[in-house]
Amino acid sequence: MALPKYTETHYRIWHYIYLTICAAVFFFLIAPLFVIFPLSFNAEEFLVFSDGMKRLDPDAFSLRWYQDMIYGTKNPWGLAAKNSFIIAIFATIGSVLLGTVAALGLSSRHMPYKGLIMAVLISPMIVPLIISGVAIFFFMAKAGLAATHTGIVLAHIVLGTPFVVITVTATLSGFDHSVTRAAASLGSNPVNTFMKITLPLILPGVISGGLFAFVTSFDEVVVVLFLAGLENTTIPIQMWTGLREQLSPTILAVATCLIVLSTLILVTAELLRRRSERLRGINQ
Amino acid sequence: MSSENKQILTTDGIPLEVSLKKAEKKNKIKAFLLVAPLLLFIIITYVFPIGDMLMRSVDDKMVTEMLPKTYKSMETWDGQELPPEEVFEAFYFDFQKLIEEEREGKLSTQLNYTKNGFKSIIKKLRRKSKSFEEGNYKEQIMAVHKRWADVEYWRAIKRRAPAYTYQKYLKGMDMYENEKGKIVNVAEDRRVHRILWLRTLEIAFFVTVFCFLMAYPIAHLLATLPMKYSNLLMICVLLPFWTSLLVRTASWMILLQQQGIVNDFFVMIGLVSDDNRIEMMFNKTGSYVAMTQILLPFMVLPLYSVMKTISPSLMRAGKSLGGTPFIAFWKVYFPLTIPGIGAGCLLVFILAIGYYITPALVGGASGTLISNQIAFHMKSTLDWSFASAMGLMLLSGVLVIYWLYNKLVGIDNIKLG
Repeated sequence: MALPKYTETHYRIWHYIYLTICAAVFFFLIAPLFVIFPLSFNAEEFLVFSDGMKRLDPDAFSLRWYQDMIYGTKNPWGLAAKNSFIIAIFATIGSVLLGTVAALGLSSRHMPYKGLIMAVLISPMIVPLIISGVAIFFFMAKAGLAATHTGIVLAHIVLGTPFVVITVTATLSGFDHSVTRAAASLGSNPVNTFMKITLPLILPGVISGGLFAFVTSFDEVVVVLFLAGLENTTIPIQMWTGLREQLSPTILAVATCLIVLSTLILVTAELLRRRSERLRGINQ
Repeated sequence: MSSENKQILTTDGIPLEVSLKKAEKKNKIKAFLLVAPLLLFIIITYVFPIGDMLMRSVDDKMVTEMLPKTYKSMETWDGQELPPEEVFEAFYFDFQKLIEEEREGKLSTQLNYTKNGFKSIIKKLRRKSKSFEEGNYKEQIMAVHKRWADVEYWRAIKRRAPAYTYQKYLKGMDMYENEKGKIVNVAEDRRVHRILWLRTLEIAFFVTVFCFLMAYPIAHLLATLPMKYSNLLMICVLLPFWTSLLVRTASWMILLQQQGIVNDFFVMIGLVSDDNRIEMMFNKTGSYVAMTQILLPFMVLPLYSVMKTISPSLMRAGKSLGGTPFIAFWKVYFPLTIPGIGAGCLLVFILAIGYYITPALVGGASGTLISNQIAFHMKSTLDWSFASAMGLMLLSGVLVIYWLYNKLVGIDNIKLG
């Protein structure tokens, strides 16, 4: 953002102040994440940078908290990770199936009461999680699904579908419906048309909606706090308990793994978004 | 010629209009059938349970059902003086039945909500009532404890007679219905909930303001930089967005602790002395800082998507017509970004008002919000109907903003990522 040569001095100063403010905000956004990374390799038990670490002494760094995370006898991280992945995967599948089909209906111009129905379908994303948690807990307790994986998966489908509905309807908004009519006129049945024509075109939107649903479920703690029993503990639940009781470096090791995971998801989501924009002909 | 003769017919001989309407209807049903599974699922697992919450928050059948005879005999009692013998008798028989079913504990908990002091006298009555003789229950019950001879306690029982109540909502606003049926405020030193509501609004408001002030410049920068730079900087916004909430809260716990890096920095630049480090966690500051950073991406993204559509030539035109850059910005650019500002602010405010995890971890006692109180009543006091009532009070506030958001922005315009 080079300024033109004729810029007056005081605007020049303003411009640099503006850039400094931006830099500070970016720093505020991203820096906290990078604190966790070095501290998770701390050889000591304290959550501060030891003198050895400041001198970059190799002895001050160790992998002991990662070992503790994986092999620690008292640590429930193994079970928690297993549960988290199982729940998140099933919740994602459920959200994607229900959400995509609903988005197809919602983007049809014949859909009656579109605004109202959309508002209801999106509401789990807007309503505070604590209220969703209480309501879903009452339901699951009545249905006998409290403290079961099924109950948590169903709850996470409720929370995940709004994201799928939003991303898929957004993708479909740029969708050229004449291609499906062309397929139909060539003798394809609706299911075949969907699988061979529509789905490949909206796939980026479906996958990025799925990623949102996955992250929502994988990161969700409020509703699970109400629903989970000891057997259904998840990574967020363990982190929540750990952060409340005692911040141990093992939690930072787990947090580092989660940051790596979210980086992977971010990269995938970005690539998909760009691909989707290319497919829809939005060139920038 | 009449208009019917001009009617266009399809090849089947059906008027085109009828045929089109039929096709239209078929399409409508088709579209609805696609949405139906999810709609049904959400209604059953989400909308009905919220309705259930509403029922729970006003439901007061429990006591009514536990003391059926008592309430029947109380119908004629005016509540001025101690109730007549028949009420005591009915109460005795209801109570005996509760003891048989081992439910008298529940009764004492419920009545204690209405008036403090029921717990002990019900326990005492349970012990003594084993040796009661037939007849003259009034004197026998009154002899158990002097509070049983106090008309206030009988009035308290009578107040629980209706099957529905709005008491929990009054309690959520630190009010109650006194003996005369008037709605009054609770004593000043016990108005905990009003403080919490105000604090929730205050924190949500200021977090929204901070987010706006920080997001506006960087959204502008992202929208005006060439693609290859802005994509790189966008990662700074999106990585926190995709990272687990608990991870981000944990990093703030490390940063803000007394021996943490922020305090180290303050000591280094000489802002505070080493033995006088600032407490930034477990108070409001902690909630403010952590919530602002966590919600910032939700402000940046809507602002960015609006700013992206504003052509840079508009600013240039403004300047070429004689405006200084500031006037051009204020009169041309800023008004065009208002839709983005509205969307971002409403989104952040909605999210902040219902925040639970972060305030619970870094907020301490002075930085907790109404959500924390709801969780407390769900998990610790087990007063679920009160938790439901407060939840619905919060929900109604959120729904008003949601409605506003829908009016101004449109929910189908929510942008993600």
